[in-house]
Amino acid sequence: MKKSHILGIVIIAIAIGIIISTAGDASSYVTFGQAKEMASVGNMEKIHVVGMLKKDTEGNVMGVESAQNRLTFSFVMVDSELKEQKVFFAEPMPVDFLKSEQVVVIGAYNNETFVADEILLKCPSKYQEDEIKFTSN
Amino acid sequence: MLRSLIGNLGQVSILLAFVTALISAFAFYKAVTVPDLQKRGWLKYAQSIFYVHAAAVVAIVVCLFIIIHNHYFEYHYAWSHSSLHLPLHYMISCFWEGQEGSFLLWIFWQVVLGGVILNTNKLWKAPVMSIFTLVQAFLVSMILGVVIFNVKIGSTPFILLRDAMADAPVFELNPDFKPEDGNGLNPLLQNYWMVIHPPTLFLGFATTLVPFAYCMAGLWTGRLKEWIRPALPWALFSAMVLGVGVLMGAYWAYETLNFGGYWNWDPVENAVYVPWLVLVASYHTMITYRKSSTALTASMILVVATFVLIVYSTFLTRSGILGESSVHSFTASGLDQQLLVYLFVFILIPVVLMVRRWDQIPVSKQEISTYSREFWIFMGAATLCLMGFQVILPTSYPVWNKLMSLIGVESNVAIPADQISYYSQFQLWFGVGVALLSGTGQFFWWKKMDLAKLKDALLGPILITLVVSTLVLVLTKISYLPYILILVSGVYTIVANGKILWGLKKQSWRLSGGAIAHIGIGMMLVGIMFSSGYSKVISLNNSGLLISAELDDEINLKNVILFLNEPREMDKYSLLYQGRYIEAKGVSGYVPVEILASTNDPYHWIAMEDINRNDQVVHQSGDTLEIQPENIYFKILYQEKDGKDFQLYPRIQVNASMGQVASPGIKRALTKDLYTHLSYAPFMTEEDQREWTHADSTTVTIGQQFFINDYIAVLESVSRVDELPGITLQNDDVAVKARIKVSGPQSVEFLEPVFLIKDQRAGRIPDGITDLGIRVAFSKINPETNSFNFDIYTTQKDFVILKAIEKPFINILWVGTLLLVFGFIVAINRRYREFVLSRDKGVE
Repeated sequence: MKKSHILGIVIIAIAIGIIISTAGDASSYVTFGQAKEMASVGNMEKIHVVGMLKKDTEGNVMGVESAQNRLTFSFVMVDSELKEQKVFFAEPMPVDFLKSEQVVVIGAYNNETFVADEILLKCPSKYQEDEIKFTSN
Repeated sequence: MLRSLIGNLGQVSILLAFVTALISAFAFYKAVTVPDLQKRGWLKYAQSIFYVHAAAVVAIVVCLFIIIHNHYFEYHYAWSHSSLHLPLHYMISCFWEGQEGSFLLWIFWQVVLGGVILNTNKLWKAPVMSIFTLVQAFLVSMILGVVIFNVKIGSTPFILLRDAMADAPVFELNPDFKPEDGNGLNPLLQNYWMVIHPPTLFLGFATTLVPFAYCMAGLWTGRLKEWIRPALPWALFSAMVLGVGVLMGAYWAYETLNFGGYWNWDPVENAVYVPWLVLVASYHTMITYRKSSTALTASMILVVATFVLIVYSTFLTRSGILGESSVHSFTASGLDQQLLVYLFVFILIPVVLMVRRWDQIPVSKQEISTYSREFWIFMGAATLCLMGFQVILPTSYPVWNKLMSLIGVESNVAIPADQISYYSQFQLWFGVGVALLSGTGQFFWWKKMDLAKLKDALLGPILITLVVSTLVLVLTKISYLPYILILVSGVYTIVANGKILWGLKKQSWRLSGGAIAHIGIGMMLVGIMFSSGYSKVISLNNSGLLISAELDDEINLKNVILFLNEPREMDKYSLLYQGRYIEAKGVSGYVPVEILASTNDPYHWIAMEDINRNDQVVHQSGDTLEIQPENIYFKILYQEKDGKDFQLYPRIQVNASMGQVASPGIKRALTKDLYTHLSYAPFMTEEDQREWTHADSTTVTIGQQFFINDYIAVLESVSRVDELPGITLQNDDVAVKARIKVSGPQSVEFLEPVFLIKDQRAGRIPDGITDLGIRVAFSKINPETNSFNFDIYTTQKDFVILKAIEKPFINILWVGTLLLVFGFIVAINRRYREFVLSRDKGVE
């Protein structure tokens, strides 16, 4: 076998290794129910949960509590199975938090509270101009 | 009239540019395929059509710029990206903020490059330009904005607002409605980097077409090896420009965007990083094509792959498919299918051409030797490609999910939670590989090697590396094994290439490009390892407190709160928040907001005190200042224990329609950067205004002591004034100013509220001390008792919440990038001279 063939095989092997290991590491979005189950069997892996903020019938956000010193806050999130969960975040509230349409939290359970390491917000067309605001004319 | 004419002119230029691109592609094609006698005629014709095309493109650019510059807000592009108050340099950047404008920029650069190719080549002109103008036609189609058989082709920058938003009710009421102001430029982008980063990046994109076009031309005309010589300097140039574009983006992110670092493995970043790696791999194989047929085939594949990856990344970032997986905001352009067609066509053409020529590609019988430079180059190129492969795979997950859903399988793979550490844990090992190969490979490049010679050559560098690394390890106390390996391999490549460079000094400096660039790579690796791996939050609040009874663990808080003018200890510093500042035209540095009074015009404020710079009064009290109200700077004074101090001005930008954006203040030092950004500041939005509550009304006489919100105050004097800042007093008007001394906890301050009778109406100009949260209004004069009435208002105290991060040795990264660029320049110079020499000999 030629040396260049061996080299080729090695490269292909590494490429396959990359595919397998990236696929193995790929995390998918889960619900709070699944996250809880994972935590209960001792799986402390960081997970993504997608959901929305809890809102009352008039669309006001409910359950947001900022700490007295404003350095942390917690909120209630509703996942795709409509399960409500208290989420704690050890950072001040992000600026557009209350306006968000969708929230992705990344973190793990700590007792009954979900502690987020990171929060990603999807805000309604922040940089798009879907509507014209007319203040003066 | 002119206003509607200009858009039509632009639109006609787009159509002209599209048609001329197609015609010249055809004419250049003819110039290759017709019998020799007719070639000249076709070539001449094709060239003149190309110059018409170039003129049309310039006309599009000029028309769009006129629309933006003159604030023709009836055009959607001007309305959505610009506004009346945008300075000229940001008007230039809103030119490419939008999808259409950035395609236009790309098109423009390709016109420039096409002109350069026409004027530097002889033999290659026709086939290269044929490919080139074909790609150009595809690009122009992206801004065509024509509907044919219900299929919308491209989206034009010249669309009118009323056509873009036909549903808006205002156009039913008044079809000729013109907005008075535009939406303005995204505050994230109001930065000088936005002026220079996109043009650089798009020049990088555009230049990848040149080696591709040469490669296609070579395959087409059967000059399977010869295409490399003219393509090589272009590949190097492209890699340099694209690399500089990427690094500018990284530096911009670091300095302004407040993502916390310079690189986040965001899909947008990955989409440029991967083609860049493949491009770098491609010119490495291109420099060995003569010795090895493997290198020749590899060069063809890699050059094609680079260009296809650029098109693919355009598809990823502009089709809206990444939507949920990125912090960048993507707008679906409705051009998905068009981009896909583009992608498939430019995969198909090279595949067909290569299959046709496959048998003719020379094959070398000789086995590749481990001691040959080809072997080492090939290893390096393979490492770079695998490195890119590891990144493009997860970045493409959304595409995978989409494909699966098309065949009815539900798939929702996502990149793991922490994408930075996810990519880094793989890329780090590739980084070690790249460093070791680029350190060792260089020795094979310059000399014939065997085992004995190799040992001889490597002994010195390895010894020095071990000594230097050990010293650094002892001093910095790095203990994490992968980081140690990065350090050692980085130092090794610096030392080894340093030795090569030393050896080259007797020869020509022109040959030193590779060694310099590789030293740069080594420094970048070491700098990245330190600044990212050992980045440390120093605003850590180790209170050791249970945050909440519901949580098991103590959670460290990563932010501190600073109240105005109340010092606070953090790490080895004492911090003091000293108030809000703003930039004013014609004044260097920042002006305290407190000494300015707002007016009805948000862009013009009045100075209430003289403003001095270098002992010169630059603005007198009462002058109107032109300011940028969107940018508020927060002065943070850092005092070190040994008495040294410095200020940082982290910034928050506010834009009514786009929310708030924080940018850091960075203290740069030789060994580390101190990065400070605000997590929160109050009173920034309309919903979150400072509220003044009426606390008290009091009547006092001159000399009498009273209390303002628990602070002792004395009314010192009341006097008539003839001048007031920002107000013109007529003959019958009267203004009376009170002077009240307030003893605050730190210092004594004075309040000067004014009672005013203007046009026979009483008015009051209150004065406040923000630090103390108090404001006093002079409400009445009682001549009969010689006393005066004051209203006292109080408010919450100003504060900021701040996060501070130390980034050690980040300067090694920046110095490394500069060396890399310098190495590229030296190498481009060398390869271009080689091309010119062979061209002038007529062998090209």
